[in-house]
Amino acid sequence: MATRPLEDFIRALRDAEVRVSVAETLDAHRVVGLLGFQDRAVTKDALAVTLAKSADEKTRFDDVFERFFSRDLPAAPDDAAAETANDPVPAGATPESAADGDAGDAGDGRAPADLADMLMAGDQAGLAAAMEAAAAAVGVGDIRSFMQRGVLGRRMLDAMGLRELERRIAALDAAGEAAAADALNAGRRQLLADGRAFVERQYELYGRAAGERLRDAYLETRALGQIDRRDMDRAQNLVRQMARKLVARHSRRQRRARRGRLDIRRTLRVNMAHDAVPFEVIWKQRKITRPKIVAVCDVSQSVATAARFLLMFLYQLRDVVDDVHAFAFSSHLMDVGAILDDHPIEEAIPQILAAVGFRPTDYGQALVDLTDHHLGVIDRRTTVIMLGDGRSNYGDPRIDRFRALHDRARRVVWLNTEPENFWGLGDSEMPRYRPFCHVARTCRSLADLERVIDDLLRVGRN
Amino acid sequence: MPADLPAPTASVETITAGLAAVDYIASRPIATALLLARDLGKPVLVEGSAGVGKTELALSTARWLSLPLIRMQCYEGLDESKALYEWKYGKQLLYTQLLKDKINEVLGETGDLTDALGRLANFSDMFFSEQFLEPRPLLQALREPEGAVLLIDEVDKANEEFEAFLLEILSAFQVTIPEIGTITAARPPLVFLTSNNTRDMSDALKRRCLHLHIPLPDARLEAAIVTARVPGIDARLTRQVVAFVQALRALDLKKLPSISETLDWARAIVLLHGAQIDRALVRDTLNVLLKFEADIDHAESQMTDLLRAAEAAD
Repeated sequence: MATRPLEDFIRALRDAEVRVSVAETLDAHRVVGLLGFQDRAVTKDALAVTLAKSADEKTRFDDVFERFFSRDLPAAPDDAAAETANDPVPAGATPESAADGDAGDAGDGRAPADLADMLMAGDQAGLAAAMEAAAAAVGVGDIRSFMQRGVLGRRMLDAMGLRELERRIAALDAAGEAAAADALNAGRRQLLADGRAFVERQYELYGRAAGERLRDAYLETRALGQIDRRDMDRAQNLVRQMARKLVARHSRRQRRARRGRLDIRRTLRVNMAHDAVPFEVIWKQRKITRPKIVAVCDVSQSVATAARFLLMFLYQLRDVVDDVHAFAFSSHLMDVGAILDDHPIEEAIPQILAAVGFRPTDYGQALVDLTDHHLGVIDRRTTVIMLGDGRSNYGDPRIDRFRALHDRARRVVWLNTEPENFWGLGDSEMPRYRPFCHVARTCRSLADLERVIDDLLRVGRN
Repeated sequence: MPADLPAPTASVETITAGLAAVDYIASRPIATALLLARDLGKPVLVEGSAGVGKTELALSTARWLSLPLIRMQCYEGLDESKALYEWKYGKQLLYTQLLKDKINEVLGETGDLTDALGRLANFSDMFFSEQFLEPRPLLQALREPEGAVLLIDEVDKANEEFEAFLLEILSAFQVTIPEIGTITAARPPLVFLTSNNTRDMSDALKRRCLHLHIPLPDARLEAAIVTARVPGIDARLTRQVVAFVQALRALDLKKLPSISETLDWARAIVLLHGAQIDRALVRDTLNVLLKFEADIDHAESQMTDLLRAAEAAD
């Protein structure tokens, strides 16, 4: 492990989600062969150019580079302690006790017998090398969770011969050589601290990213209403990432050739150079429009979290989607576009909730408000997203209004936070709304939400 | 392939000096990327916001190495007939007409159809030979005997299919023309691809390229660039201009001014014989730096702070 720093470095990069292919690994080797490791700044620039291929990856590369190559510097050499300790040791009883040590310990075969000597001599380079070797033997680089730090650290130090060192200190104590014992003890404390720092760095390099990915994956599939308050920031970050991914995927205005329809004007123009003999044929193309979205969110208690994430999602997507109109309701409907425009999402959501939230839900009233006052924003390019549980407290669901919506819009998508077998139970009006939805789906987690919105954007292309 | 490359330059410093000689002030990462591009024979994908000197890097490199610069501007709908080669259809038609009699002559003696076909086969390649080939930028770059600097500008504007088509050229420096065969570069050109990040480039393309991200410059680098590029500007004004622009970049603007805007602004001030930055001068020339009405308004409201920053640089 210690012999191939570049491979380890690339592994750390991969763990930090910088994608490095085999070809790029080979390039990195050529780069190092060319420039060497002499000039740290040049090496860093050169490897960054070869391995990190986006602005995002560059920042992560910088992080990993700094952390990875910081360990080559000897960790806080305790010169003073080593100096004072230097004298008593060679004279002392150490050789015998070293020979006494039995071979029963774990990892004893690898344990260098001269750990104590290295400590006493203040041989930082030797200690660092021994630590790297022991770490490789124990597999510290495979650390995945911060819970493992203690165990792995202890194992690594054992492999270096810590137990024997401790026995030796005890022997010196027993023999009454307090000065030598104290000196060794100081060395031991330093070693423990170094070991801890070493494992900590390894965790930062190889383990942390994996742990965070695990956490993200968990959040993605967690029911929206059950995301803990303390995870909110992380979840919002996640939404931002998902939105960015979708933006990248859908941001180009697509055109699609309509097969079999000749664009005569452009064909003639292009082939003028060939005496109007049509060598090159140009087909008519259809511009693929982006969807316009009208989101109508129920923000009563049960659905508020889902609404929050849907609104966040939509407002991150404004680059890709031409038009987003957002309405929120519990009893009355309110246009929340202005609030979302003027405030960052973290402030906007509580404001919206304060204005219309937490009242008994009335879908009928909301639909009346929508169709009376805001029908202008809905046309044949519009996709209407209804987000809610469809529970209207036994009020009139105003199916007629919903049907008008369905007839006017391009698509009506209903995202329900309840599983499908709950639809129709109690005051749920879902079965009556459903015939007038183009799509009705359960949407319970961030992953669901992402999939639904991805589909929405894709449909816009057809 | 590396053997065919121009002699590798010794170090990052020589490259920086070489580019400085043609008035391009390269930061260390830029020089390193260029060094690797030459030594490894790999194309460089340059990213960064508009006006930070992506295109200029290619132009300056060509000037420095005294190589011809071949530039290909990408746009949506660019295809290989415009990027690589095209047959000269008109010329082919003309020649068939002109040579009609000659062909009759040749075929006149033949007895039957098989015989005629056999004879014709001997000439058939005539119309699909190099003579009727119209080389477009990519092919030109490959055929340049001394090597060339090939600038593929704004690749992100081209379609994904075109990007895939570039792969063969970028990794092997060769292209295959079905009628003629494979054409390999006499000397691999030094390739720059620039992208404004309107979309992510494919992984396959990124893998084949070195990736250079040019950020907005820090004050020292920017001052060096202004000094190199704006003739007749004095040191004090340079400091003020740079400090003002750097302060401006700290504001929350729609479009941050980049190096090209700084240079334009500095030139404008020199042209107006401005000895130093003051409120009236800035107000008259701010539209050189900022391209949005809202940005200009925002900057006006912060003018006192901005001017103070500029004065502090003295």
